Amino acid sequence: MKMKKVTAMSMAVLMAASMIPSVPVMADGGGKVYYLNFKPEADEAWQNLAKAYTEETGTEVTVVTAASGQYETTLQSEMAKSDAPTLFQVNGPVGLKNWKDYCYDLTDAEITKGLTSDAYELKDGDAVDGIAYVIESYGLITNKTLLEKAGYSLDDIKSYDDLKKVADDIQARKDELGVKGAFTSAGMDGSSDWRFKTHLANLPIYYEYKEDGIDDTDAIKGTYLDQYKNLFDLYITDSTCDGAELSAKTADDSRNEFVNGDAVFYQNGSWEYAELSKTYSDDELAMIPIYFGVDDENEGLATGTENYWCVNKNASDEDVQATLDFMNWCVTSEAGTKSMAEDMGFTIPFKTAEAPTNVFVKQDAEYTEAGLTPVSWNFTTMPSEEWKNGVGTALTAYAAGTGSWDDVVSAFVDGWATEKALSE
Amino acid sequence: MVGRTIKKWWPIFVLPTFAAFVIGFLWPFIWGIYLSFCKFTTVQDVTFVGFSNYSKILLDNTFSHSFWLTVVFAFVSSILINVLAFFIALALTKGYKGTNAFRTVFFMPNLIGGIVLGYIWQTLLNGLLSKWGQPLLSLSARNGFIGMLILLMWQQIGYMMIIYIAGLNNVSPDLIEAAQIDGATNRQILFKIKIPMIMPSVTICTFLTLTNGFKMFDQNLSLTGGDPGKQSQLLALNIYDTFYARSGPQWKGIGQAKAVVFFILVVVIALIQLRATSSKEVQQ
Repeated sequence: MKMKKVTAMSMAVLMAASMIPSVPVMADGGGKVYYLNFKPEADEAWQNLAKAYTEETGTEVTVVTAASGQYETTLQSEMAKSDAPTLFQVNGPVGLKNWKDYCYDLTDAEITKGLTSDAYELKDGDAVDGIAYVIESYGLITNKTLLEKAGYSLDDIKSYDDLKKVADDIQARKDELGVKGAFTSAGMDGSSDWRFKTHLANLPIYYEYKEDGIDDTDAIKGTYLDQYKNLFDLYITDSTCDGAELSAKTADDSRNEFVNGDAVFYQNGSWEYAELSKTYSDDELAMIPIYFGVDDENEGLATGTENYWCVNKNASDEDVQATLDFMNWCVTSEAGTKSMAEDMGFTIPFKTAEAPTNVFVKQDAEYTEAGLTPVSWNFTTMPSEEWKNGVGTALTAYAAGTGSWDDVVSAFVDGWATEKALSE
Repeated sequence: MVGRTIKKWWPIFVLPTFAAFVIGFLWPFIWGIYLSFCKFTTVQDVTFVGFSNYSKILLDNTFSHSFWLTVVFAFVSSILINVLAFFIALALTKGYKGTNAFRTVFFMPNLIGGIVLGYIWQTLLNGLLSKWGQPLLSLSARNGFIGMLILLMWQQIGYMMIIYIAGLNNVSPDLIEAAQIDGATNRQILFKIKIPMIMPSVTICTFLTLTNGFKMFDQNLSLTGGDPGKQSQLLALNIYDTFYARSGPQWKGIGQAKAVVFFILVVVIALIQLRATSSKEVQQ
């Protein structure tokens, strides 16, 4: 009987104990930083940088990285906790709509003064809610070796017509050249379709905004959708695979084709450099503008940002201060700028930035110096994820031949108006 | 003696589980219902808005399609799963050689998670469809629907089969023998004795398959993702999409309101079904 009692008691204690969550380690005095990172590819570099900062200053920095495509969901649940992220990011004006009530006004912050241009401030009224911390470019990544093997050089491609001519020729001679197609597969799987429903779709929006002299609209007209169709047609015709298979092709498929030398052109951005440079030397890689057939002689790479840092204003004063100090340290100190330039391969829009080693980023600077106008990132004004998904679905069906281009136009133009109205 | 000890010590055994139930289920559930009347970005920081979320459920035109698709899907999948599971159970209680091996094999798919199954079947089915020159899963609502059916059947038949086998093993051999002596055919034994005797199993299995069909989320997410254009989107995924894929805090509350409507629907249908099938159960 005694024995039973003891057993019962100890079982109960065990059960109760297993329910108590492990107690988080609190930093003694001073604030702490909790950064919810958006970029999985830079996770390791951020962890190292955080460790270096803690060693130097004693401030505790936690970096957590959300899984690819899960940032918004992770942020929502993390922000509801008592130990919420003190530093998080939004992707632009549309993303800010969800979070503007949580953003600390950065107008007087040290880091804001270090920005190279006030275009990198994300404003809500007069308040600076976010600041861009990385500038990226995208375009057509080109395998120079294969291009030369086909008898062309980069100078032969200066417009959409040139691009089409070269691509069609490579496609026609693909067996002789030992490639599977001119372009890597335009995969429409969820891991890859943003390259077309968001990045490529930026070009018609960019030219329309430019023509109308606006930077956002409630109703897109679709003036340049024909050019959009031309390029997408080119991607799916001069491709490594049949259009009907694209719905299942992933981002990895596409990258692997480029890495294996199965295709010459690959639409993606400067963030791919780290992966591609494992296989190719800098001399073999180039990024050319996505020639759109509107203003080709002046068109540069698409350069901009969808990465804005925001500070959680609901955090305690010490934590906010610690976060501001950490951000400033990242973009001004030697260790911080070096890590951001070399380990993460970022171009950061701050006066104190280190020169990046990323060959695509260097090229972007060269194009701009040569007088080309970078295409700005207007996809941050796209109405919602729903709109992008609608365009993506229509593109997939069009590529497979089960849908028509009219469906794409309707998803693009009508969908824009509907979704803009719904998000107000 | 035992009764007295239980009387004295019951809180120790009941309270931990009860506390877990309250923390992990009851409280989130009540809070979730409250959230459907609120506008919010994070679940701790909310503004009460009354019934306006409910009036906006139909605003984005996706709810009613998902609703009817889910109803059709739940009924079709329940019927197919139960009929097939029953016949497999019947075959595997006949004492054929290797019965145990077959039971294990049929049950195993149940041990794999829905997301993983979804991706595996996506590869398999897409391979087959592309060989046949058919539109892939994410391009055709019909193929997507059939794909989800196949996946759910493959996953659940084994589980229901085990329940039916247990039921069939409990049918007293005396009854069957008596029927045989009276000259009943196999078909008569099946319909007049076995099926009435296993009605409790039928009740459980239809309940499980119906509610599983209504609640299906991860298989839907990974197999078709709702493509093309939400045509294969079931209700649970529609709620998730409303919550996460739209910009603006107002959509969180609308998603939550949809979830409450969804909950009421599943409860009502499950209750009707329970009443209908349990009234057919017979006492031995």
